[in-house]
Amino acid sequence: MTLLLVVLLPFIGAIAAPLFAQAGRTAIAIASSVPALVALAALFPHWPTLAEGGTLVQTYQWLPAVGLSLSFRLDGLSLLFALLILVIGLLIILYARYYLKAKENVGKFYSLLLCFKGAMLGIVLSSNLLLMLIFWELTSLVSFLLISFWNHKQDARRGARMALAITGGGGLALLAGILLIGRIVGSYELDDVLAAGDLIKAHALYPFALTLVLLGAFTKSAQFPFHFWLPHAMQAPTPVSAYLHSATMVKAGIFLMARLYPALAGTEQWFYMVSFTGMATLLIGAYVALFKHDLKGLLAHSTVSHLGLITLLFGMGTKLAAVAAVFHVINHAIFKASLFMAAGIIDHETGTRDMRRINGLWRFMPHTATLAMVAASSMAGVPLLNGFLSKEMFFAEALELNLPGIWAYIPPLVATLAGIFAVAYSARFIHDVFFNGKPVDLPIYPPHEPPRYMKIPVEILVFACIMVGMFPAISIGPLLYAAASATLGGDVPEYQLAVMHGFNLPLMMSFLAFFGGLLMYSQRQKFFDFHARFKEIDEKAVFERAALWLEDLAGRLTARLENGSLQRYALLLVVSAIVVALVPISSQGILIGSNGLTPLDWPTGIAAGLLALCALATAAMHRDRFYALVLLSVVGLLVSLAFARFSAPDLAMTQLSVEVVTIVLLMLALYYMPSWTPIETSWPRRVRDIAIALTAGVGMTLITLAMLTQPFESISSYFLANSKPGGGGTNAVNVILVDFRGFDTLGEITVLAIAALGIYAMLKNTAMTPPPGDGQGHPWTRDAYPVMLRQIARPMLPLALMVSLYIFLRGHNLPGGGFIAGLITSVALVLQYIASGMVWTQERVPFRYHNVIGIGLLLAVIAGAGSFAFGYPFLTTTFGYITWPVVGKFEVASALVFDLGVYFTVIGATLLALVSIGRLSPHSAIKSKKGGV
Amino acid sequence: MELAYALVIGALTASGVYLMLRARTFPVVMGLTLLSYGVNLFLFSSGRLATGGQPIIGSTADYADPLPQALVLTAIVIGFAMTAFVVVLALRNQADNDDDHVDGRRPAPSPDEDNEEDKGR
Repeated sequence: MTLLLVVLLPFIGAIAAPLFAQAGRTAIAIASSVPALVALAALFPHWPTLAEGGTLVQTYQWLPAVGLSLSFRLDGLSLLFALLILVIGLLIILYARYYLKAKENVGKFYSLLLCFKGAMLGIVLSSNLLLMLIFWELTSLVSFLLISFWNHKQDARRGARMALAITGGGGLALLAGILLIGRIVGSYELDDVLAAGDLIKAHALYPFALTLVLLGAFTKSAQFPFHFWLPHAMQAPTPVSAYLHSATMVKAGIFLMARLYPALAGTEQWFYMVSFTGMATLLIGAYVALFKHDLKGLLAHSTVSHLGLITLLFGMGTKLAAVAAVFHVINHAIFKASLFMAAGIIDHETGTRDMRRINGLWRFMPHTATLAMVAASSMAGVPLLNGFLSKEMFFAEALELNLPGIWAYIPPLVATLAGIFAVAYSARFIHDVFFNGKPVDLPIYPPHEPPRYMKIPVEILVFACIMVGMFPAISIGPLLYAAASATLGGDVPEYQLAVMHGFNLPLMMSFLAFFGGLLMYSQRQKFFDFHARFKEIDEKAVFERAALWLEDLAGRLTARLENGSLQRYALLLVVSAIVVALVPISSQGILIGSNGLTPLDWPTGIAAGLLALCALATAAMHRDRFYALVLLSVVGLLVSLAFARFSAPDLAMTQLSVEVVTIVLLMLALYYMPSWTPIETSWPRRVRDIAIALTAGVGMTLITLAMLTQPFESISSYFLANSKPGGGGTNAVNVILVDFRGFDTLGEITVLAIAALGIYAMLKNTAMTPPPGDGQGHPWTRDAYPVMLRQIARPMLPLALMVSLYIFLRGHNLPGGGFIAGLITSVALVLQYIASGMVWTQERVPFRYHNVIGIGLLLAVIAGAGSFAFGYPFLTTTFGYITWPVVGKFEVASALVFDLGVYFTVIGATLLALVSIGRLSPHSAIKSKKGGV
Repeated sequence: MELAYALVIGALTASGVYLMLRARTFPVVMGLTLLSYGVNLFLFSSGRLATGGQPIIGSTADYADPLPQALVLTAIVIGFAMTAFVVVLALRNQADNDDDHVDGRRPAPSPDEDNEEDKGR
């Protein structure tokens, strides 16, 4: 429970914090610190276990089917990161209180900050890789919102978009990598994955899994060549830069490498990919940092460089290097967060971050200057400060790396060179800002010391720099040991945390870096001139160009596929269906199955020939719509005969009645439409369409033939066996509809109802004037309602209703049921409309069909829900027998009520659709009288 | 028997697909109707072709498969709902645009309408 609470608390805080925004910045800052304080208090009791290398795992089931569980894990490594997140987060909250202006949207800021904190805690505490990924993506999203906090600035929006694209894209790669790992291990739980390191590394998929996971880590931790998003993310408010983009989020990639270290590290591929990426990032970041005039730009590139250093350490693969990497994570978070805060103070007090204008601030803000200088010295690796210790370990490890031949010199050289650059840019940070003459044209002059409390977070961090630097074993020793032990899976090598290890090669390298750096800084003008000769690549412009190009490509592709022509879509749909079907057919072939063909009797043959002929004739004669429609109705009737022929009486009856309603409907529609289709496609296109149609037809013939001649196993024996004893009816089809698969039927009548209501809505305010004749010079008949038809139709109604009642009641045992009975009733009513007109019929059928649909659906649901009253699941049916005086023994099933619902829905839907169309014409004149159907 | 049945489905599919590719709404609706006949017959035949085997308990010795029948029964009704909906869509198109072209736009005055696809109408 503890760990879930720790992760959830910030999210609860994120919802609650904005409520305090009205009460002022101090109130919201205090409210925002509550989650972190509670979380720290909750984690504290676990320290004794963790210090000895213990692990705490808490698991709750979430989606066990996909291997996703709410499981959390607390060990040394996650504790270290959780502490960084919580403690630095608290300092940031205090700092941001003074950084933000009163008129800014502080509610949004603190809410997002807390969201981020929760997501970050989620990453480091998750014990399930899928769960971790969810939080991972959440940090990308929240980071996007935080970078673009000042969303009126275009640079902020672009920087945010770039960060999201890069880290989000990396997240996708990571997802793929995690899925691969899960596939190899068979579980996403960290315990299983870490224990299966050898299995993973030996697996054929390991190279892919590793590459994908590293892609995720490298993009998040701004490693070359994905490093460019980080400097552009500096458009964020400085508390965000200090928190997300130096201390926590960019460390998530590092954390991932540390977390999966036992599972993935130790192979050659790991070594080359991680160490060379780290080396490149280390050098490039350090080099570029020197030339940045923007204070935050310098810090951002230095962050990139330090992230590269940590990555390089993890890549080296030795255990001591991993310890050094973890150590540097701590040190870098401490000094870089304080430096960012100092930069924010300077920005806040001078109004600019341009180092060419900010000079000589020592005279104006000595207190801040002292703090910043100590932190910068730590960044440079000056002895007695924390940065020195881990850098020393790094130098030692670079020397230890056993690469073949001349390559052995590369790591120490790179390390020293990067050290020189680091000293140079740190010296620039100190000298350029606080000394070096007088300020030039500052927007705010003279600068002052910031508010007292704004400096407290910086003071605390700088104090930590000194403490760790001078008394490493006491101050950070236990935590580092616990974290390193968790990273390495308990196998911690011997190492000594001491300020001095005596005069050795690493120390010499430090000296070399220190004096080389100072020398480089003193000669900086030469380097600046040298650097100015190269055209600087604006990564943002390149990225924007690439994004635009991609967008353009996607746009053009879409325009080609989706050009607004429905004909084109239909064509693409059919052609892709044919292609998809062709793939398996071409590999397996379609043959006549083992059942063989049965002989054809001649009546069936004649009917089949007629059916096929009529279908083809419908297509051939489609220009004359009326004749085509007549042919279509013949096809429909023959289809119902086919159902009857092949033992499906229910289907035959349904098809027959649906056919009548459909043809009436199409006839009605045709009344308002041109009765002739013009020729407007060229003959090559018609030939092409015929070819496509014939391919589809031949394909379907072959597939049907193959299916019909295969032996098969059906699940229907269950339905046949249980139809009578279980459902109380002998008509298996009807029992399936209203009982076994009643829920499906409920869904289907709902669709029917929605379609009918859609039709009503579409035609509600539409009036159409039908053409005066059939388009070929023949006027409509003047006798709209022929006497004969009228006289026959009226007595038919009670007769038809009785038939439908009979069909309905017998449905459970003999062919029939709600669907068919409903359709028969509809046809009987439609006949009245046709014979006697809208006005006449509407006066005698005084109910609204919407209500009929509603009653039908309600009945079906009530019939289904009735079983709840007896403690059975939805749509359980029961039945019994009663004896009627005349009819005799009669079966009553609760499914009958359900079927009644089906019956009403079918009537309501069919008639609503037809009447909606019927009253379109101004002649029907029903609208004004009755106010709708 | 199977061959005739398969040929019927093929004819229904071919005619349906051809009509579906037409440019006017009414033939398209007829094409969809033909296609749905074909699909219904195909689904139905997944229970194989049986003669005199109506799945009414006690009426025969060897029953046809009732499950595809139940599926197709609802499919027929849903198919009707779909046809009705599409027809009304076509009607509304006719009412709004005074034209029954499937793309739902007013017809171009020029006679080169058969190139509409290539021009990205």
